[in-house]
Amino acid sequence: MTSSYLEANARERIAQMLDAGSFEEFLPPSKRIVSPHLGQLDAPVSFDDGVVVGRGALNGAKVFAAAQEGGFMGGAVGEVHGAKLVGLLKRAVQEQAEGVILLLETGGVRLHEANAGLIAVSEVMRAVLDTRAAGIPVIVLVGGSNGCFGGMGIVARCANAIIMSEEGRLAMSGPEVIETANGVEEFDSRDRALVWRTTGGKHRYLLGDCHGIVADDTAAFREAVTQTLQGFKNNPTALSLQALEAEQAMLEQRIARFGDVADPLEIWQRLGIDKPQDIAMLEAAAFMSLAEPHRVKGQA
Amino acid sequence: MSWQLLADDLFPQGHSITEKADFLSGTAQVDGEVVAIVGTTGHTPIGIEIALSQAQAILQTVRDHPGRAIVILVDTQGQRLRHRDEMLGINSYMAHLGKCIDLARREGHKIIGLVYDQALSGGFITSGLMADACYALPNATIRVMGLPAMARITKVPEERLVELAKSNPVFAPGPENYHRMGGVAEIWSGDLAARLAQALAAADGTDRRAAVGLQRGGRNWSQRVVDAVVSGSDVQPL
Repeated sequence: MTSSYLEANARERIAQMLDAGSFEEFLPPSKRIVSPHLGQLDAPVSFDDGVVVGRGALNGAKVFAAAQEGGFMGGAVGEVHGAKLVGLLKRAVQEQAEGVILLLETGGVRLHEANAGLIAVSEVMRAVLDTRAAGIPVIVLVGGSNGCFGGMGIVARCANAIIMSEEGRLAMSGPEVIETANGVEEFDSRDRALVWRTTGGKHRYLLGDCHGIVADDTAAFREAVTQTLQGFKNNPTALSLQALEAEQAMLEQRIARFGDVADPLEIWQRLGIDKPQDIAMLEAAAFMSLAEPHRVKGQA
Repeated sequence: MSWQLLADDLFPQGHSITEKADFLSGTAQVDGEVVAIVGTTGHTPIGIEIALSQAQAILQTVRDHPGRAIVILVDTQGQRLRHRDEMLGINSYMAHLGKCIDLARREGHKIIGLVYDQALSGGFITSGLMADACYALPNATIRVMGLPAMARITKVPEERLVELAKSNPVFAPGPENYHRMGGVAEIWSGDLAARLAQALAAADGTDRRAAVGLQRGGRNWSQRVVDAVVSGSDVQPL
């Protein structure tokens, strides 16, 4: 039986990602810890402030997990939401978790509490890197309908690995923001195919910013997380000068190779893919094997 | 404020900062020690190239000058809003810069951020906000979004936002608001060289912004929620 990751909500995703019945939520909705800022702007609040955090097991291994709820303010990060993520990461370090899994679905900073959200996102970045420095791998999953944008798109790239479905999108400024700032000829936000080519999982995978593509299926995500965590067993998770110098070189080469390109299709062509227009039609497994000899293999 | 005037005030013992396409780099003397300078000017948007230039300068300092303190001078209108930057993965370039700063910290470099002009959203989050501590000049502009744009998106009338902003630092622009929330350690005036020397002496690698935000009353929930999650208890009353 398959179950769509895209259509599941945050709680369903986390329950299906972890061993059945193993998830224990921290500050669950019954505690009613809501945003202290939304009320003054007559905006609705949520009893979990749009993020589920807690501890559970993955094939018996002790893991900590968070899932952002795209259905509440697009998964945007406010003061409480951000603090729950920071607290989770700190507790994972304290309890020597075997891994942290972040199921991100977010537009970034919540504008209603923008200053708190911005500071919180930078606190999450530092907490992710503290977790990695403690020898704990941090894995990000992106497959929700809101994608992973804004400051959380940066947080995602601070993790050890990112796993996406092809429906997942990862970027910084959303197409609408770019169109508003610089016109429809800069980025037509209604051109769904262009938006997908630019921000979608397959493009990120080919460029080296994403480490695995799976079908839109919670079991497929679970399998990919299991394998990825396995890969970090007895391997370093912390930043190193060597790894960041390699990343510097990769990002420089990306500009040198593709800096003059107008459309991702041409990037895929330059990577050596014969029929780049067929990429969109491929199932995850077929895509992964087609991409393997061509994609850039990045990590940091 | 021009970076040249700022540099004269900050580094009376001398500096060798150069500007290249809005990217600042070089060294300066502080209390007889050499510090590395990295930054931006001209309110430049942070695109993939200038993010990478800053990262390169940080990595070079870590590689060639172990332990040398780093000062990040911030002036940016935010991340560059172009299709090309997004296509090439600007979030990865920003994250790379943030990771380079974090590596420098772990390798024992003290890192101070200074917002001397503008600091907007995505351009700020991987520069000044990744330093050990970030400071600001009184006339600095710090924000995610101006109130008119925020009014359009949140559908709350601008007059109401202006009114609310008088008492609540959580969404309105300005270094005082970031100070109250712990995101800005102090707002500097007077002898900038002395302020910088003090900041460098006080810098350490612990992120205390949530605790400071609670002390100052500008961000009352963050630290308490972190503590509740870590200790498995309820959120403590104020």
